[in-house]
Amino acid sequence: MGNDMNITIDDNQLTFEPGETILEVAQRNGIYIPTLCHLKGTTPTGACRICVVEVKGAGKLVESCAAPASSGMEIFTESAKVVKARKEIIRLMLASGNHNCAARNFEIEDWTDFQMKVMAEEGAEQLCPVWGDCKLQDLAYRYQVDTKDMPPAAGKYPMEKVNPFIVRDFSRCILCGRCVKACKEVQVNNAIDFGYRGSETKIVAGTDVPLKDSNCVFCGECVDVCPVGALVFKPALPVDRSRKVEKVRSTCAFCGVGCQISIHTEENRIVRIEGAGRDIPPNCGSLCVKGRFGYDFVGSDERLTTPLIKENGNFRNASWKEAFDLVAEKLTGIKDQFGPQALGVLTSARITNEENYIAQKFARAALKTNNIDHCARL
Amino acid sequence: MTNTISDIEKADTIIVMGSNTTENHPVLSSFVKRASLNGKTLIVIDPRKIVLTHHADKWLRLQPGSDIALINALMHVIIKEDLYDRDFVERRTENFEALAETVEKYSPGHVSKISGVDADDIIEAARLYAKAARGSILYCMGITQHITGTDNVKSLANLAMLCGNLGIEGGGVNPLRGQNNVQGACDMGGLPNVFTAYRKVDDDSARQSYENAWQVTDLPSKPGHPVTEMVDMAEKGTLKSLYVIGENPLVSDPDLNHAEKAFGNLDFLVVQDIFLTETAKTADVVLPAFCFAEKEGTFTNTERRVQRVRKAVEAPGYAKEDWKIICEVAGRMGYRMNYTDSREIFEEIAAVTPSYAGITWDRIEEEGIHWPCPTGDHPGTPILHTEQFTRGKGAFFAVEHASPAEMTNDEYPFILTTGRVLYHYHTGSMTMKTKGLNELAAECFVEISPGDAEQLDLQNDDMAKVTSRRGTITAKVQVSSMAVDGTIFIPFHFGKAAANRLTNAKLDPVAKIPELKICAIKVEKAAA
Repeated sequence: MGNDMNITIDDNQLTFEPGETILEVAQRNGIYIPTLCHLKGTTPTGACRICVVEVKGAGKLVESCAAPASSGMEIFTESAKVVKARKEIIRLMLASGNHNCAARNFEIEDWTDFQMKVMAEEGAEQLCPVWGDCKLQDLAYRYQVDTKDMPPAAGKYPMEKVNPFIVRDFSRCILCGRCVKACKEVQVNNAIDFGYRGSETKIVAGTDVPLKDSNCVFCGECVDVCPVGALVFKPALPVDRSRKVEKVRSTCAFCGVGCQISIHTEENRIVRIEGAGRDIPPNCGSLCVKGRFGYDFVGSDERLTTPLIKENGNFRNASWKEAFDLVAEKLTGIKDQFGPQALGVLTSARITNEENYIAQKFARAALKTNNIDHCARL
Repeated sequence: MTNTISDIEKADTIIVMGSNTTENHPVLSSFVKRASLNGKTLIVIDPRKIVLTHHADKWLRLQPGSDIALINALMHVIIKEDLYDRDFVERRTENFEALAETVEKYSPGHVSKISGVDADDIIEAARLYAKAARGSILYCMGITQHITGTDNVKSLANLAMLCGNLGIEGGGVNPLRGQNNVQGACDMGGLPNVFTAYRKVDDDSARQSYENAWQVTDLPSKPGHPVTEMVDMAEKGTLKSLYVIGENPLVSDPDLNHAEKAFGNLDFLVVQDIFLTETAKTADVVLPAFCFAEKEGTFTNTERRVQRVRKAVEAPGYAKEDWKIICEVAGRMGYRMNYTDSREIFEEIAAVTPSYAGITWDRIEEEGIHWPCPTGDHPGTPILHTEQFTRGKGAFFAVEHASPAEMTNDEYPFILTTGRVLYHYHTGSMTMKTKGLNELAAECFVEISPGDAEQLDLQNDDMAKVTSRRGTITAKVQVSSMAVDGTIFIPFHFGKAAANRLTNAKLDPVAKIPELKICAIKVEKAAA
């Protein structure tokens, strides 16, 4: 049996597991096959065909994301036939919508000039907001697809912005269906699907209503997986690429699931939060609306910035020394007069383990009371 | 949770009871929904027709407060039909006879009258859970926030043990913790009766070991009072001072009118927080703290996984880290607590906490570890009780149904149940700073069934006046297919129309948890 589980990809002798697709074998062995519609962990659709490969003896090119590996296959991932097909797929995608990132205008091989030109156009209003972070743009460049003479197609459907978090620009949608997979098979919210037919096809929410009137719960999974600029996070706009973005891995501060997050900051301000990675438990890249968008409190103007002491019913700003002295004096006074049982501490389910540990140590060792609790029950 | 989050998808049958998972634990709910999508059986037991019911094979709509009766009925069927795991019961448990004797009385026909669940549905659900090779139970505050909360949890543990669903992949009794570090706050001894790792304060040897570690004498041996009792003590004048860290009890506590009176009676209130919350406004001193994005440390999630929190931005103004503030106060009171950074504190935690002993910040740099992790080479414990229970054999507790503290009557004919909505978190001090979240969930509402709305002549967006024996609030009507006749839901997030002015502060005698899920109310159209 063992000998039968062999295939060849680009002259590499490889083994495969039962049920593995050609794409999975290639990815496991570090062989690059481009993908657009493929979304790990969901059922393959073969919608975009960019992952086609040549299988010796097969008449047509084969979609590697859907085709299972079988014994003795000889596969070519970048043959002339494959490259020609991919170029055509990319050309058609670029022609199908408003892909105005200047991919269409670059001179073959002249990547630096291309970059300079786009940077100069940064302020241009219609420039796609995901420029530089777009799989279609990457592929257009990789396969040197020249669409200089092809005018950007106008969108059939108007842009949707009537919700606080997600912009849907249908003119940039390539109908790969990744967002639908994310919504129906990853988060299972069943808010969006393919609607209409043929050249009228559109990703619709419910009966083609705005997201805010559909089952959408704004988890943002669809935006996260969109390979192009069709779905964009609204709070992250406008993007200023000249600023340096720092990324810090951390743990979400809302419910007890403990989602692993990547906090993106610019000049001491949180500009975006993403799932830390598809392979990182417990959330495997997914987030909810609070975790993804609920970070404005961090930089809020309403944050407390200085100790406050109440005098005659009103707060006044105080120094830390004053505040510490007052708290210590009052607590000591009450402890001496009424005993430690007259003191209580409510620690917090929001602060860290280290801080909770310090709070209970303070209550027990300094105040000498076990009157310490938090809102676990509320 | 006895098991992990990823384990949920390995179960063959999942029971979700008293958890509105899609709104309270959205990411975890996707594991449940995917399991259902992939052909696993999902049973939802809840008084509201929550979103998860649309993904479920069965929805058992139980009358609020009939949890024990219903679980006993499930076990009645499982024992009667001989569907229980005899081998597990024999090897791993004790007191089965007492359980069998008690649940004998809870026939599906009898319980149908208490719970409102059809007898055939009880039988079918019992079979679906018992016949599954791996059955997982998920629960939340819908189970615990009752005067019978402890017994409700024991009942679920009975059910899981009866079917041999503990200590296995895809099984378990899995409480979903509602706040980022509520698990950690408990693990760290932020409770009146235990030190870290749940070592009891009245255990002489435990106390001795902390006295040695902390270089202190006379640690108090008498368990302290939980928050719910501290509020009563403040009202009576026996508690003179409270030091509140990062909590907003004047929105989250039950029976707020009473809680406000009690807080007002304190001689000295300190609030350490990131915002001037409703509670902070009543304080004598307010101390500004860091938020999660400004500090280094760890949180422990609902699956007991200890994970890193890292600094991403600088804190505003003169705010300080919570631990530094506390250490400063302690020092001025004559007890020195000096640390260079929170990593040093974690090292002390590991030294005095057997379940955290093998965890270091280096080990959890990339991926968190599930406690118990007793040694540096221990991989952590994703699944609890695989060989034996903490006490050895698992004990069945025969539990009887008991009525809620407050029943409906002619004057207060509706049951009020409270909870959260997707777009806000607890008292909203954090989420209500994001404009978009406020846009999607702007204000409090009274969720009412179409039938009840018609009877009361209420329509969407009317203002309803809701009154319990303790207070009154006014909020917008939301006629919803999620509501079932007779039961009203109001979220507790909103300070301006605080649902907790209505709720009942009656406590579970063991866990001291208030019965936030049931009180009797009347609903009227508010004068325009």
